[in-house]
Amino acid sequence: MQKLILLGDEALAQGAIDAGMSGIYAYPGTPSTEITEYVQNSKQAKELNIRSKWSANEKTAMEASLGMSYAGKRAMVCMKHVGLNVAADPFMNSAITGANGGLVVVSADDPSMHSSQNEQDSRFFGKFAMIPVLEPSNQQEAYDMGHYGFELSEKFHIPVLIRLTTRLSHSRANVVRKPVRKQNPYKIADNPRQYVLLPALSRKRYKVLLKEQIDFEKEAETSPFNWYSEGENKKLGIITSGIAYNYLMEVFPENSCPYPILKISQYPLPVNMIKKIEEECDELLFLEEGAPLIEEMVKGVLSKGLNIRGRLDGTIPRDGELNPNIVAKALNREYEIKYDLPDIIAGRPPQLCDGCPHTDTYLALNEAIEGLSRDRVFSDIGCYTLGALPPLEAINSCVDMGASINMAKGAADAGLFPSIAVIGDSTFTHSGMTGLLDAVNENSTITVFILDNATTAMTGGQKSSALGRIEQICIGLGVDKNHIRVITPLKNQHEKNVAVIKEEIYYKGVSVIIPRRECVQTLKKRMKAKKK
Amino acid sequence: MKKDIVLAGVGGQGILSIAAIIGIAAVNSNLYLKQAEVHGMSQRGGDVQSNLRLSDKEIASDLIPFGKADIILSVEPMEALRYLPMLAPDGWLITNTNPFNNIPDYPDMDKLLNKIKSLPYNVAINADQIAKDAGSVRTMNIVMLGAASPFLNIDYNILENTIKDFFAKKGDKIIEMNLKALKAGRDFVDNK
Repeated sequence: MQKLILLGDEALAQGAIDAGMSGIYAYPGTPSTEITEYVQNSKQAKELNIRSKWSANEKTAMEASLGMSYAGKRAMVCMKHVGLNVAADPFMNSAITGANGGLVVVSADDPSMHSSQNEQDSRFFGKFAMIPVLEPSNQQEAYDMGHYGFELSEKFHIPVLIRLTTRLSHSRANVVRKPVRKQNPYKIADNPRQYVLLPALSRKRYKVLLKEQIDFEKEAETSPFNWYSEGENKKLGIITSGIAYNYLMEVFPENSCPYPILKISQYPLPVNMIKKIEEECDELLFLEEGAPLIEEMVKGVLSKGLNIRGRLDGTIPRDGELNPNIVAKALNREYEIKYDLPDIIAGRPPQLCDGCPHTDTYLALNEAIEGLSRDRVFSDIGCYTLGALPPLEAINSCVDMGASINMAKGAADAGLFPSIAVIGDSTFTHSGMTGLLDAVNENSTITVFILDNATTAMTGGQKSSALGRIEQICIGLGVDKNHIRVITPLKNQHEKNVAVIKEEIYYKGVSVIIPRRECVQTLKKRMKAKKK
Repeated sequence: MKKDIVLAGVGGQGILSIAAIIGIAAVNSNLYLKQAEVHGMSQRGGDVQSNLRLSDKEIASDLIPFGKADIILSVEPMEALRYLPMLAPDGWLITNTNPFNNIPDYPDMDKLLNKIKSLPYNVAINADQIAKDAGSVRTMNIVMLGAASPFLNIDYNILENTIKDFFAKKGDKIIEMNLKALKAGRDFVDNK
C-alpha cells in the first residue's frame, strides 16, 4: 500500500477514514485539532461523503457521534483532554448505553501543558467509564488503531477511547496504509431501549457493562498492541505505555534492552502479563507519559512486595512529559551533555500578533477602567488570554471555556462593580451562552465583551459557530438591545471605544460590548487565497 | 546513516517549511523520518522548534535526546543558542545572524555572536541579506537550508527537486527564486 508521512493526529484520521468512518465530530483544541482538519481536507473523505464540520463544543460533538452510532454508522469524536471534561456527561453515559455503529472517542492530552491549563490524563476517564482504552506509541499504531478502535467498538458494542499525547499528535513519521473498509449502512440499534437511561433500565445496562469487564481484559491480554519482551537481566522489569516505549527503545538502540519489558497500549490492564513480570523480576520501573496510572494500579495488583520505581517514588519527575534523557537517567545510562544553556538567552513568550484586534480592545478597556483596579476583568480561553501578559496585563482569570461570564457574575453577586468578562466569539458559543442567560435572569450588573474576530484563532483559524449570530443570540437570551454595543477595535477609534466602554460598565444590568474586527492571520490567509 | 537536527526560530519564520522540505527529501532518499513540531499557543511570536530525525534504520523516539543533536539549524541567532544543550559534542550549529527582536530584553548582539563563534563547529550566516540579494528576503529559510545542505547526507539534486515540487503550485518564478536562495546558502558554506 501507499507510504505516507503523517502527524500522529493525521495517521489516526487516515486510519479512521480507511476503517469506514461515516462522520467525525469535534471542537478544535491543541493538540487534537489536526485530526478533524485532516478529514476536512481529505479528497478521499470528500468522495466518501464523510461528515466533518466543527461542532459548537465537545459535548454537542460527543452527543452527535452517539447519535450517528445509534443509527448504525461509524463515528469518531475528537477533543483535547480538557474538552473531555466538557463532554464528560454524554461520555460517561455512553458507556452505559453502549454503541451500535462503531464509536471511537479521541482525547489528546497535553503533558507539560504546552498549550493547556492542566495536564490531566484521559486514561483515568477511560477507567472511570470502564471502557477499553487504546494508547498508540507511534504514528503507525495511531493509524492501525483507527481501524482497530472501530472493530473493538463493534465487537463489544461499546465506545472505545483513544488517548493521544502532544508529542505523538504533532510528530510526523512514515505510515503504511491498510485496505479501505466500506462504511456501515444506516441501521437503527436492534434494541433502542438501551439508550433510555431511566434508572430501571440503567441498572440493567450497568450490569452488562460490569460483566463485560472480563472480556475487555481478555482482549487486552491478547491485543496486538500489548506485548511482553523477554530480557536476560531480571533484576529489573520495565512496564511502559504509549509513547514512553519509544524513549526506552531510544535509550537501548536496536533492541539491546537487557531487562524484560511489558509494553501496554490497550486497557484495561492485562493483569496476567503484569503478574508474569512480577514473578520474574526483582524490581519494577514504570515509564508512562502523563500520570502514574499503571504504577498506582499495579501497586494494588502485586502481592510480593516488590520495590516499585517510577513517578511516585521520584525516579521519574511527578509532573511534565517524558523525554529520552529522563528515561536514560532512570536506567543509569545518561547521555553526555557538553554544552550548558548560555545565560544570555532571554525568554520569548508567545504574544498577540502585530495588528491584532484584541490589542486595541484591551488598550481601550485599560484606559476606560483607569483609576479602578484591574482585578475586575475575568477572561477566558483563546488568543486573548495572552492579554494577561505584559505589556497589556488586562485580564485576571483563565479557567475553563465560558468561565469568564459566570465568574464575573459571581463576583458581581458578591459586590464587585463594575464586573467585566472578556470572552472570544467561538468560546462564547462553546460555553458562554448559558452563563449569559443566568446573568440576564438575575439582571446581574456585568459587562460582557464578546471579542469577535470571526474565527477560532488560537487553534489556527477554524470556522466559529458564532459567525454572524452574536447579536441575535444576545437578544434572544434577553439582553437589552440598547446595551448591545458593537465597536471597531482600531487605533483611530480608540477615544470612541473608551467612551462606549465607560458608559456600559456603569450600567446597572447586563451589557454586551462586541469589538468586531477579523483576525489578522485569517485575513492574511484569505487575501493570499484571493490572489491565487 | 543517522542525522538528528534541531530546527529553531520564532513562530512565523518558516522553520516548518524547512522541516517539510528536508522531510520529503529524506523520504525520497528512502530514509526513515520522525519530525516533532510545535503547534498551538507558542506559534504566536514565541520560540518554536522542531526535532527532525533521519536514519536508514527505524527511529524510536520522536524527540532527540539532549546531547545528541548532530545539527542545530536556526533562522535566528538567540534561538540557535536556546537549544545548545541538545547539541552533541561534535555537532554543528548553523544559524542566521539576523536577529528577530520582538522582546524588550533581547541580549547584546556581540555577546550572542561571540558565543556562537566560540563553538568548535559553527556556521554563522547573514541569511536575510543573502536572501535579499537572491531576490526576496522571504527565502531566508531556504538560504539556511542551503547552508545546512552539506551536512544533511541528502543529495543536493534531491533537495532541488523537492523544492520544485514543494513550490510547484506557486509558479516558476517562486521556484526559481527559492532554488537561487538554496544555491546562495550552499555557496556561502562551500566558499568558506
